[in-house]
Amino acid sequence: MKTRKTDKAVGTSQIGSGTKTDRSFGSVVLGPVWLWQLLSLCTVFGIWEIAGRIPISLAFPSFTATCAAFFEMIMDGSFATAYASTLPPLIIGILIVSFGGVAWGVLMGLSRGFEWTCMSLLVILQTAPVAAIVPLITYAYGIDMTSKVIVVVIMSAPLVILNSYKGIRSTNPSLLQMCRSFQGNRWQEITKIILPQASGMIFAGLRLGISGGFIGIVLAELLITPTGIGDLITYNRASALYAHMFAAIASIIIFSTLTLTVLQRLEHKIFRPELGTMSGQVN
Amino acid sequence: MDAPMAMIEKNQDTRETAAVTVEGISMHYPGGVHALEDICLSIPRGKMTAFLGPSGCGKTTLLKIIAGLLEPSSGDVFVNGKKTTAPGPERAFVFQDFALLPWANVLRNVAFGLELRGRKKGEREEIARKFIAQTGLTGFEHHYPHQLSGGMRQRAGLARALVINAEILLMDEPFSAVDEQMRRKLQEDLLSLLAVENKTVIFVTHSIEEAVYLADQTVILSPRPGRIAKIVSTDLHSDLTPDQIRRDRRYLDMVDEIWGGLKQYLE
Repeated sequence: MKTRKTDKAVGTSQIGSGTKTDRSFGSVVLGPVWLWQLLSLCTVFGIWEIAGRIPISLAFPSFTATCAAFFEMIMDGSFATAYASTLPPLIIGILIVSFGGVAWGVLMGLSRGFEWTCMSLLVILQTAPVAAIVPLITYAYGIDMTSKVIVVVIMSAPLVILNSYKGIRSTNPSLLQMCRSFQGNRWQEITKIILPQASGMIFAGLRLGISGGFIGIVLAELLITPTGIGDLITYNRASALYAHMFAAIASIIIFSTLTLTVLQRLEHKIFRPELGTMSGQVN
Repeated sequence: MDAPMAMIEKNQDTRETAAVTVEGISMHYPGGVHALEDICLSIPRGKMTAFLGPSGCGKTTLLKIIAGLLEPSSGDVFVNGKKTTAPGPERAFVFQDFALLPWANVLRNVAFGLELRGRKKGEREEIARKFIAQTGLTGFEHHYPHQLSGGMRQRAGLARALVINAEILLMDEPFSAVDEQMRRKLQEDLLSLLAVENKTVIFVTHSIEEAVYLADQTVILSPRPGRIAKIVSTDLHSDLTPDQIRRDRRYLDMVDEIWGGLKQYLE
């Protein structure tokens, strides 16, 4: 089976890259994949539990203590309050990037002039150490919502823009010729060929961008003002409630993983129906 | 240019009667590749013409210029007597790499030309189904390209070109990406398909056997820059059935003659 060129993403990691074929291969030879995933999780949690019980550090709670703290924080509503203040700037930032960033990247892919104008700016944005810029942003925009939204945008925009741009640029020239040979106009070329072909990379960029956004919001809440989930982490650390601190960290990891998984499912369902049929080739 | 009047009129005549006329086409690619030099050619209506030559002789370039997909450095292309520089509804292209949309099923791919023309979904799919049946793809309407074999993908590519009902079919090495047995099957199917559809076909090939088997006229191009080395009449269809062609003495002689002419370019 051919590997899909469009699924190469700019960035460090790609979540959920296991394709259908990997899974069916696993199920034939080694049993169901979920069993192996469960085994992997159990191993990590088991080692965590043992390490916590030795204990390797007073500040390192066991797995069970963290779980207990997790459920306690669900029950007493501290998670609900924390996420109520963490999510708005995160969602606003991600929405801005999803529309603005994708549009920017697509325009860069379609127009050479736009590409030349914006590329250097993007490279600077991507390489800048955001933690160093955060105090500047606070100085300029204060300590409220605006600053946090800006940090989220700065963390996620370059990934989204660059992936959208690369996605547009990786269009198969043969498909463009095909469209022209049937007298498709430029608009049809963009909507029927270029965008569907780029959708895989645009969505990979969105997934990376959203995980960048999660990093951004935690960074903002730790560095600007302790609110929401950042406040839970800082407060519990200061009060030496390490199990609670770990639970707060775990919650944001779980939350971001779930978000990205849902996004990937959605992407396959809407844009790439053929990926659902990847097994079972006729030859 | 002050060419004599009679000459212009004669050109005018061929332009009107031939399906495609190519006059003085040269092609220099940016970067210095000189692909074609002064090609003059007329493609008879309702016949099959093959462009044959060693690799890099510009045969695909010439086909794409006729299709309006490439702009020549100089020279003109006339289709049905009219000068053209862009793709038009009277020409349909079949791609070497199939150029099927990977995210669309066979039905949508085959109907794509009509989709671009804004025909209604039900209407265009009905037409597409007819050609899916003609090209032997019935039952695969809802398969995606990656689920099809190379031969079936090219059948879809051919069906897509037939759907728009263009009188001129341009095929760029249509069967080079499929295996030998499938290639023979596709060649036979193409002949029987075209026996009922009265079309002008121009195809590029690097196979002498394919050119002689399929084409009525074979245009042999010399290596870069491509010039017309020879035009050979390879019309065996008027008095032979497809099954008989490969066993006919004339077929073997033609293959041999063309090979004799091409051999010099490979040394």
